[in-house]
Amino acid sequence: MTDTQSAPGGARRNLRMVLHVNGEDTEVLFAPYKTLLEVLREDLGLTGTKHGCELGECGACAVLVDGLPLLSCLVLAVECEGKAIETVEGLARGPTLHPLQAAFADLGGAQCGYCTPGVLMTAKALLDGDPDPCREKIREAISGNLCRCTGYQQIYESIEEAARRMRADAAQSGSCPCCEGTAP
Amino acid sequence: MTKRTHFDVIGKPRRRVDGRAKVTGQTRFADDIVLPRMLHARLLRSPHPHARIVAIDASRAERHPGVHLVLTGKDFPVSIGILPVSQDEYPLAPERVRYVGDPLAAVVARDEQTAGEALDLIDVTWEILPTIGSPQEALARPDVRIHDYNDVGNIHRNQSYQFGDVDAALAASDHVFEDLFFFEGNTHLAIEQHASVAAVDGEGKLTLWSSTQVPHYVHRQMARALAVPEAHIRIIACPNGGGFGGKTDVCNHEAVVLKAALMLGRPVKICLNREEVFYMHRGRHPVLMKFRTGVSNDGRITGMHLQTLLDGGAYGSYGTASTFYTGALTPVTYELPRYKFEGCRTFTNKPPCGAKRGHGTPQPRFGQEIQLDKIAEKLRLDPAELRLNMVAKPNTLTANWLRIGSIGLAECIRQVVDRSDWKNRRGKLPEGRGLGLACGAYMSGAGLSIYWNKLPHSGVQLLIDRSGQVTVFCGATEVGQGSDDVLAGIVAEVLGIDPFEVRCVTGDTALTPIDLGSYSSRVTVMMGNAAIEAAGKLRALLADVAAAQLQTAPEHVVLAHGRVFRAGDPGKSLSFKEVVVLAEAKHGTLGAVGSYTPPKPPGRYKGGGVGPSPAYSYTACIVEVEVDRATGWIHVPKIWIAHDIGRALNPVLARGQVEGSVYMGLCEALMEEQSFRRLPPKLSHALVHRAPSMLEYKSITALDMPEMDTVLVEDPDPNCPFGAKEVGQGPLLPVMPAVANAIFDALGIRIDELPITPDKVLKALARKAKGENPRVGPDHFPEVPYPEPMLVPPPWEGGDGNSVEPAARAGRVREVAP
Repeated sequence: MTDTQSAPGGARRNLRMVLHVNGEDTEVLFAPYKTLLEVLREDLGLTGTKHGCELGECGACAVLVDGLPLLSCLVLAVECEGKAIETVEGLARGPTLHPLQAAFADLGGAQCGYCTPGVLMTAKALLDGDPDPCREKIREAISGNLCRCTGYQQIYESIEEAARRMRADAAQSGSCPCCEGTAP
Repeated sequence: MTKRTHFDVIGKPRRRVDGRAKVTGQTRFADDIVLPRMLHARLLRSPHPHARIVAIDASRAERHPGVHLVLTGKDFPVSIGILPVSQDEYPLAPERVRYVGDPLAAVVARDEQTAGEALDLIDVTWEILPTIGSPQEALARPDVRIHDYNDVGNIHRNQSYQFGDVDAALAASDHVFEDLFFFEGNTHLAIEQHASVAAVDGEGKLTLWSSTQVPHYVHRQMARALAVPEAHIRIIACPNGGGFGGKTDVCNHEAVVLKAALMLGRPVKICLNREEVFYMHRGRHPVLMKFRTGVSNDGRITGMHLQTLLDGGAYGSYGTASTFYTGALTPVTYELPRYKFEGCRTFTNKPPCGAKRGHGTPQPRFGQEIQLDKIAEKLRLDPAELRLNMVAKPNTLTANWLRIGSIGLAECIRQVVDRSDWKNRRGKLPEGRGLGLACGAYMSGAGLSIYWNKLPHSGVQLLIDRSGQVTVFCGATEVGQGSDDVLAGIVAEVLGIDPFEVRCVTGDTALTPIDLGSYSSRVTVMMGNAAIEAAGKLRALLADVAAAQLQTAPEHVVLAHGRVFRAGDPGKSLSFKEVVVLAEAKHGTLGAVGSYTPPKPPGRYKGGGVGPSPAYSYTACIVEVEVDRATGWIHVPKIWIAHDIGRALNPVLARGQVEGSVYMGLCEALMEEQSFRRLPPKLSHALVHRAPSMLEYKSITALDMPEMDTVLVEDPDPNCPFGAKEVGQGPLLPVMPAVANAIFDALGIRIDELPITPDKVLKALARKAKGENPRVGPDHFPEVPYPEPMLVPPPWEGGDGNSVEPAARAGRVREVAP
């Protein structure tokens, strides 16, 4: 489904591709050397995903690809065709914040907010797989996301509070928080 | 206002007003800004630590497809610098580079990739110059000059102050302790890399969006660098993705994109890569320290002589202030009758050092608090009791003429001692485990601006109108600490509305009254006091019109929960909006301003302007360690910290500041170092960073971070808004010495230098096993040609805050006088 066309005024050829981002198919034209991070930020205008090193060291650019947290600075966008990409822009449901977002805003999980999108996406992958993770499991899950502001404690507490709220919501609606399906 | 005891907003844990934007990815950091027709810039940085630029040929780069402009030093004839006394840096180096990474040319192209390609096409002819790699080399080689504007050799700043006769005090002391310490440099490592976007607006004027903590100072320096009137430049400080002092300098790249936008008439963006951020640095100075401290048998300090030697790197940056700060705040924690401070900053061919969280004070605090531990050990006193016995008194002056207001240090010490079970556990844990205590103090804002003026330090403007909307304007900069939330919270408290009803417009030199910036922990106190003044004026106006409607006196009008009541009669009220409509009908368009200028410092001697503050915060910290004797590995299971904050305006954010400081302090204690090595001669002898990446420059991850027990001690300070003192920097200070003291408790070894790495632990243990002094740290303090000290009698020795002539010199003056 890809084709290339020359960029105006230059020798480089751009690539045309359909990416599935936050539940929507989006057609995008980009230079083939670009990382997923660059295509999200520069070609799709999704600047919620951040960068701190572009070498896979800080975790600020974490997004979900087919449900797994990946460092978007280490993935070429061309590798992502046909995959489900989730970014921080896709977390909220309309005007309603995702429980993780609400807890981070309420409990100091976000200070400067720069590492926050990457932490949120990593935490979402964690809670999607385990609705009640212990503190150690939370620490392990976000150990690849560097935060210079918080000292991490309020991040752990935010994730734990979000998990509590999600379990309570699930119990009320009778749905399973892992698969978003209805429990038997 | 500070005497009130009931608050609706202040002191309540709440979601910060900018919280939603931060968790949805909507906070617009500088690199998130995209403008039509925008071009991209990259900088050519020197591969040499010290070299003359013989020639630059940019013709190949200029011909590269997609390149729009190449700038070099000749495009920037005027030097810049954050401090007026050291404007020693050019946006692009015109004739000489002084550190690896010093920018000397810039390419502006259609995209970053193209700009990067073109950098390789700039041909530079170099003349390699000898390099200075350390303060010791700087003192030994005055012939190799890095700058010409300083008085001698490579000494940038050199100063000496004596507050009372310290030698006499030491001679009369029961004990004199002499100790050397070394604090390695480290850097901010904010996750956001510096970015800037410049554009020319429709009126032909310039706008710069930048990741800066100091838009006002950038404004002044950009006008200077570009020779454009300040009124024609607008600096917008985007929210910073972490600052920690790393965005408090004026940056080469800010001038470059402004100049390029001006020349091309198109927006130009730059974003530094991580390696560039490491080399731009402006972080913690490496400091070698010597303490000579006199002590009485009961553990009271009689006098202290502190000498510091700073490795400043290649340019001035904040270095003049940093040098003062390695001595200025030493006397504010404990009673110190006499004090002598000598500080010297040298230039070296390394990235410039500047301000990082705690600015110049963590280094001497590290030495002072370890030395107190050694004193307690020698005198067989409990380190907590030793400190409690000499905590400085409230509402007093220090030996160096700083005015201490409130001081909650004793309560902080008691809190961490009780909560850690210090009395039953310290000195009694199994071998390899230990507890260490240390304290610290920091200022709630610098008492003086970095340039001389008599103007306010912070201004706030408030607009309300018939729609009921409240908009507050202030130049303060949100760097993650929550300055917008402080502003909204204070305005909301005074006007009796919800903080989310307040719209904050901040950090924009075109729209907002001047605030000096997010540095020196000044924002809460200075912006907060200005906000109280502005909001108080509007409140009085609203109470006045409401009183008539409510048939009561204005002093009996209560504004709360978005309504306006008659006191004691909750049944009778108007909405906030109804009262605003009445006020606008009576008075016309509604607005108010407030401003804040810190109190005049009592010290009147030259140099006495560094250190004064409206209030000082205090912190006590206890660290527990477990050290593996076989590997030297240091595990920290728990840290107790108590911070004297005056009042926590929003306890969620206050706690976050304390814990973030503990984290950063622990990083500095155990692993972070901005250190350099010389490449072999065939590779140009370059002084290169040992670890210019986030993988190699180690910092603490979620897996390493210990449990923290955080206490906020609240004793409102009358100089501060609702009593709130600083919280962003002070809690970092005691962490490093507390770690060192805990390691002593665990193993009986002294590590007198940072970072405390496993190899140093093993070295000290080996010395201990051989019966040698079980210590690792500096063993030599070089001969530093400090000047004759300025003599300033302390307040209790008849001083008036001025310096006095030495007796001999005064005598000569009398001889020639008629």
